Amino acid sequence: MAKKVNDELLHDHNNDGIDRRGFLKCMAWAGTGALCVMQGGVLKSYSLSRMSDLGAAAATTGELSFVQISDSHMGFNKPANPDVAGTLKAAVDKINALSTPPQFLLHTGDISHLSKPEEFDNVDQILKGTGKEVYFVPGEHDVLNDDGAQFRERYAKGSKGAGWYSFDQKGVHFIGLVNVMNLKAGGLGTLGHEQLEWLEDDVKHLKHSTPIVVFAHIPLWSVYPEWGWGTEDSAQALAYLKKFGSVTVLNGHIHQIMQKVEGNVTFHTAASTAFPQPQPGKADSPGPMKVPAEQLRGILGITDVNYVRGQHALAVVDSSLA
Amino acid sequence: MRRSVRILGLAVGVVVALAAFAAGARAFTARAQQAQPVNAEVKIDNFSFGPASLTIAAGTTVTWINRDDIPHTVASEDKLFKSRVLDTDEKFSFTFAKPGTFGYFCSLHPKMTGKVVVQ
Repeated sequence: MAKKVNDELLHDHNNDGIDRRGFLKCMAWAGTGALCVMQGGVLKSYSLSRMSDLGAAAATTGELSFVQISDSHMGFNKPANPDVAGTLKAAVDKINALSTPPQFLLHTGDISHLSKPEEFDNVDQILKGTGKEVYFVPGEHDVLNDDGAQFRERYAKGSKGAGWYSFDQKGVHFIGLVNVMNLKAGGLGTLGHEQLEWLEDDVKHLKHSTPIVVFAHIPLWSVYPEWGWGTEDSAQALAYLKKFGSVTVLNGHIHQIMQKVEGNVTFHTAASTAFPQPQPGKADSPGPMKVPAEQLRGILGITDVNYVRGQHALAVVDSSLA
Repeated sequence: MRRSVRILGLAVGVVVALAAFAAGARAFTARAQQAQPVNAEVKIDNFSFGPASLTIAAGTTVTWINRDDIPHTVASEDKLFKSRVLDTDEKFSFTFAKPGTFGYFCSLHPKMTGKVVVQ
């Protein structure tokens, strides 16, 4: 089952070091637990069933390693997953078993299911098991009934506006954005004027060689507008990041792994640790998707990200909980 | 001769009776149409509001009930009303006092929209 397949760069039509045909082929495997490692624009792909089988562990280590988790939906208890605390604990076990320990975690939102205090408490308690600092951005499920006051109090003290902020680690600039506030009827995710102005100012004086990681809940690219899977004013945000040589955008919300590369920007969405959702258009609506119990953990997962100084792109590696 | 007169009388009687019945039936229907429900319901399921467009008389209370397996909210586009988050089987009610068309949406999933037309 765990076959090792090595695909090296074959076609480099855009002269940017990215073999798009190979990349797309790799992405087709991603849903079944494959591993796509991009370092310096060179794509290597491996099929695996467990992270530890990856002989290229050394190839994925670098100067900075962190993990993205998303959509824990603590409090959800319907048939799609009656035990979201259990699957979040499985994610923590997976994180603790990584050959290169992450320096910190990013949580791209929908921490809770109903913004209840005990739901947030529960997630905090479980994530303590990693012993790592966690940086959060809110999902729409985290800002219910109080316009995000509780979220900001818990996870974004000292942030601006609805809870956006930035920080630096090992020369990489991280930007946490909030695109789940003030949603309008019939609309998509939205960043808003105030946040966009802050973003322009935040990156203005950074060197073009600074690697940028942006994390926000709803995808910052148009995955499937019919289901609200996009952000209406993300183009403006990306315009402010155009000058940088390496931009990685990490999102959640859609409960499945998707990637897109556009010039210097790599977009990546994470699996949920709680329940999967259907692929765009493959169901009537984007609700929780029931799968046979024995398959559930194979569709939930975490994302491991590695940065090697001097390399163009960050290595983004998804693995399932199974 | 007399027999035909009796038959004619009978026929006229039947016609009059039918006319009276029809008039009574029309009056009954008209009263039924005027008797609008005081309470109306919108079911939330499968990421949609059903019915998506609801017509009611002024003074009617509309109750939204969430039958979906995911939480939703009911938020007026004009900020006239906004429910707390509704988990499965939870309800929210609002009484529409004035006539008009009132659009609303789910603030969690803004692609879900509906409207209430108040006459």
